[in-house]
Amino acid sequence: MAFKRFKSLSVAVFSLFLVLFSGSAMANEGEGAEKKFDPGKEMLDHIADAHEFHFFTIEHEGGHDFHATLPLPVILYSPQRGLSVFMSSAFHHGEEIHEGYKLVGHDIIAVKEDGTADETVKVFDFSLTKNVVQMFLALIVLYLILTNIAKKYKSGQGLTSAPKGLQNAVEPVILFVRDDVAKPNLHGKAEKYLPYLLTLFFFILINNLFGLLPGSANVTGNIAFTMVLGIISLIVILFSTNAHFWGHIFWYPGVPVGVKFLMLPVELMGVFTKPFALIIRLFANMTAGHIIILSFVSLIFIFSEMTKVAGIAFTPVSIAFAVFIYVIEVLVAFIQAYIFTNLTAVFISQAIGDHHFEEDPHH
Amino acid sequence: MSLLTPHLGFFVWTLIAFIVLLLLLKKFAWTPILKSLKDRETGIAESLASAEKVKAEMAQLKNENEALLAKAREERAQLLKEARDTKDRIINEAKEQAKVEANKIITEAQAAIQNQKMAAITEVKNQVGALVIEVAEKVLRRELAGKGEQESFIKQLTNEVKLN
Repeated sequence: MAFKRFKSLSVAVFSLFLVLFSGSAMANEGEGAEKKFDPGKEMLDHIADAHEFHFFTIEHEGGHDFHATLPLPVILYSPQRGLSVFMSSAFHHGEEIHEGYKLVGHDIIAVKEDGTADETVKVFDFSLTKNVVQMFLALIVLYLILTNIAKKYKSGQGLTSAPKGLQNAVEPVILFVRDDVAKPNLHGKAEKYLPYLLTLFFFILINNLFGLLPGSANVTGNIAFTMVLGIISLIVILFSTNAHFWGHIFWYPGVPVGVKFLMLPVELMGVFTKPFALIIRLFANMTAGHIIILSFVSLIFIFSEMTKVAGIAFTPVSIAFAVFIYVIEVLVAFIQAYIFTNLTAVFISQAIGDHHFEEDPHH
Repeated sequence: MSLLTPHLGFFVWTLIAFIVLLLLLKKFAWTPILKSLKDRETGIAESLASAEKVKAEMAQLKNENEALLAKAREERAQLLKEARDTKDRIINEAKEQAKVEANKIITEAQAAIQNQKMAAITEVKNQVGALVIEVAEKVLRRELAGKGEQESFIKQLTNEVKLN
């Protein structure tokens, strides 16, 4: 009974929360006279990077809306105008021009005096955006956790006595990466690549988990983020290659000469498609998860636009599905970190491995 | 800043963050943690190996102890047997010696008896001789008339004789 009562209470709280949110969501719609809920735009808005942490908006009839935001520093460089640094609050949510720059949507563009876009000025945006700030926060937390654990190991805890607290949480993950990702793929060279693989795993994992916090940025579902990791993977793979690997690519063994020429572009492309697949996989998985959750939440507003009753009635269903996906997303956070790390290890092993092993078990 | 176009600023910041994190964690986290884990594993492996070794040593020690014990038991039995033999021999020897001694004593006693007897007989002979002489003297001194008288006299004399 108590459980049922708790459930209905939580549903009520969620509904209230979401009804309040619906106002802010619709407020984001902007200047449009007809306030119509656009789920596609809303979702992309939530997934995309921004120059501020936006919490909610309170509408004022006719006057200025009140936006509850945490402004973040904007760092711009343009060859023509030089460096400019200011807080994103200077833009007043895209309503004002500051130092010749204007915020349009989520992008900062250079403008002329009269407010029109200035195509001649190139702007490089190095702002500490929502994603950057959240990533730094996540990494600071990660760094503190791991150095704290390292300190415990140094003091002998976990060596001469049983590991305690966070050590017990992180140690199995480290051992998993070492024994089930690095060692089966890299054998004797596992030690050399282990710091990279561990950093990669925890880097993705902590950002995945931080990205799941309500109201947080979608860091790992950003193509730039996954691209960095993919390019680093590619560099590590290329630095691990040996003559055998390149021999396989440029002169595929065991096939007629004509086929060798056919295989060359295919194999060469394979070098780049592997990390590219890593980039797309992580980006798509994390973005898709966020989109599904946002879709279920959006359903409430779509229904409530029809009639208020339908919206209220649909809320529990929507929340149930959203929570279900949320739990799966926590799982996906770990799985994607594992897949990225494991595939990187596999690609490195392909680059360093002479395949005598597989071809001749008696060797 | 569309969904599919990578944003330069975020790209650069992520790149810097990853490299800095990699270097920092490698120095301050992974190296000590991995070293500790490895040390622990080798420690456990060594402990197990040494335990196995001690177990083998214990088994060997036990075997040696048992062998030693068996040997000691055998030696004890041997000693007991020897002691019993010695005892028997000593007893037998003693018996033999006693018998010899007894025989010797008996023989000596017999000889002594014989001597005594001979001495006694000699003395008796001498005394009888002396008596006979004495009686004959007395008979001779008394002039005897009749044969009867003579015989009664001899009888009287013989009665007087007391063999000592």
